[in-house]
Amino acid sequence: MILIIMLLLPLITALVSGLFAQKRVNEIITVTGSSVLFVLAVWAAHAVLNAPQHILIALPGWIALGPAGAVILVLISLIALLSSIYSIGYMRYDTNSPRTFHVNFNLFVFALAAIPLSINLGMVWIAVEMTTLFSVLLVGFDNTPSALEAAWKYMVLTMMGAALALFGILLLYWGARHANMGAFTWSGLVTAAPSMPPVLITAAFIMLLVGLGTKIGLVPMHTWLPDAHSQAPTPVCALLSGIETTAVLYVLLRVLAVVHASNSVHASNWLLGFGLLSLGVPAFLLLQVKDYKRMLAFSTVEHMGIILIALGLGGSAANQAAFMQIIGHAVTKSFWFFAAGSVLLVTNTREIASVHGLIKRSPGAGIAMLTGGLAIAGAPPFILFFSEFSILKAGLLQSHYLVMGLTVSFIAVAFFAIMNHVSRMVFGGDPDRSGERLPGSVWLTLVLAIIPVIVLGLYIPDALHRLVELAATIIGG
Amino acid sequence: MSHLIPVIKSLNALTGGLFIITAFGVVAARQVRSGLKFFIFQSLCLASSAFLLGIAPFSPHLFAVGTINLVTKVWLLPWLLIRMMPRTTYTRREIKQVVNIPTSLMIALILTVFAYFVSLPWVHAMADNGVARINVPIGLAGMLIGAYTLTTRREAIPQVMGLLTMENSAFFAGVAIAPDLPVIAELSLAFDVLLFAFIVGLVTRSVHENTGGTFVGHLNDLREDPSK
Repeated sequence: MILIIMLLLPLITALVSGLFAQKRVNEIITVTGSSVLFVLAVWAAHAVLNAPQHILIALPGWIALGPAGAVILVLISLIALLSSIYSIGYMRYDTNSPRTFHVNFNLFVFALAAIPLSINLGMVWIAVEMTTLFSVLLVGFDNTPSALEAAWKYMVLTMMGAALALFGILLLYWGARHANMGAFTWSGLVTAAPSMPPVLITAAFIMLLVGLGTKIGLVPMHTWLPDAHSQAPTPVCALLSGIETTAVLYVLLRVLAVVHASNSVHASNWLLGFGLLSLGVPAFLLLQVKDYKRMLAFSTVEHMGIILIALGLGGSAANQAAFMQIIGHAVTKSFWFFAAGSVLLVTNTREIASVHGLIKRSPGAGIAMLTGGLAIAGAPPFILFFSEFSILKAGLLQSHYLVMGLTVSFIAVAFFAIMNHVSRMVFGGDPDRSGERLPGSVWLTLVLAIIPVIVLGLYIPDALHRLVELAATIIGG
Repeated sequence: MSHLIPVIKSLNALTGGLFIITAFGVVAARQVRSGLKFFIFQSLCLASSAFLLGIAPFSPHLFAVGTINLVTKVWLLPWLLIRMMPRTTYTRREIKQVVNIPTSLMIALILTVFAYFVSLPWVHAMADNGVARINVPIGLAGMLIGAYTLTTRREAIPQVMGLLTMENSAFFAGVAIAPDLPVIAELSLAFDVLLFAFIVGLVTRSVHENTGGTFVGHLNDLREDPSK
């Protein structure tokens, strides 16, 4: 029941905010809706831990929530809540219709929440498509030529990926029908996998890897990502970069479970290959990036690469590390985007070269940008340091020396590139003008968003640890 | 109805042949309007394959897929594309493309042969002697050709044609390999609704307002350009 409420809540919030044209009313509705969703998601995650077989079923064969889905759902609702608070201050002077923004924002959250809540592959595909539909309108929200260019690229490339993923899903269905599977769900497929022809599973996996990879932003299908993730309004960027990519990655992860269950197909090399490429290429592009929101977007591609490498290593230690990396990336990247958005509010430019002396101009934005940069680049004591460290450890224990060597060097290049840009923005030179004040809600979001980034680095609650352990067993391998 | 099956199989094979020809047509079309015509014919082939395979064994899902295709892609979408787009889009002029047409056709041919050899092991592994032998290789070939068209065209409508060719191809294989998938009709509907929303909604119209055409090739402000 709670699952169905969680699915309907953002939809209802979208409908209600569509009824009102006043900005203030819309903001209250969205923030209230997101807060309730967050509370429900945490509650559901708790219920998953205590449920028999760790799964909540609302509608057998269609809607259910397991541990892996619960992790993603909590992240979605957390970032949606933070973004909705952030958008109050950030969109203060925006002249576009607040109604359009809030309706689309809530619909986007609805589509995102539908991904972990659906277990039927067809519905999952439709949910992934809906995230494209609702977010493309938000990417083009500013209605400038470059925002529309970003929206067009985003739409064409991700729909191309979607068509390929659809072919993969149909192939999986073909194989599963051959193996007399019951319902076309994740667990049904895992059961049917051993009796499906390996060649078919391989083909379906590659199609889904490339198709979903387009949406995740894997190199070389990533070309739309820096555009879309830099042109959208910042609260949307936080959702796009922080959680949309990982929500789609979650789908790939469930496909991976099917591949592992078949016992005769090896996905490892594909994942390591795409992972290293997605880590290495943006690491070097980060060196010469000119726009700081694009820097954040390239860093997302790079982190997707790291997660893929962890999944490619396989084994329960690496799988757990991959989940920690997913959580760490989601909370850190959304925080860093909020920080970058406040820099944009203060300076009104996205060019790295024209931002100087942030620390004097606006200490809040400066410190946030610096902390975010350090946290995302993988400096201790933040959460990403520990998850990257566990990936490294798992890789070395499995004697993947070459892969780990490359991973570490690429992460080092990215670290250098990010800190080089960030330190220039924060410390370099004197500010042109003394700063504007950040709105209160932006401050509030920055303070709230940094809590998980720091706390999870130092201490992981027992419940979260158990949830991650359970989630990792789902992938198998 | 079992005596009908051989007839259905042959008719389906004929549809498959016509389907792949229309995919080549979309690649070869020099003008926007002729590309659109090939696409309409292609959707018609997909709809007939869905209807044929839905007869025996009877499948209401496939009839739904066929009907959705007739309504949305043979009638609604072309009508919308012609209504929404400015007249200049359809004037007699050559579509700008990266690779010239003879070379493109050669590549499409190579892709088709490639798709055939890639998908043959799947059909063998499934021990499927039915319609999948026709539909899966053709579906995969159409998929690759659509992706190729999409990447080499520089205008909005030809790009959408490439995208739709990919979708049509996925479903051309789908009607043969997943005829009893309960959500197959919804999948088909979802993709089309999505595309309608894009086209009717913001993107294309605003691209036109802001850049004065549906030529998306010169939308290239966003890139890593050191000189900028």
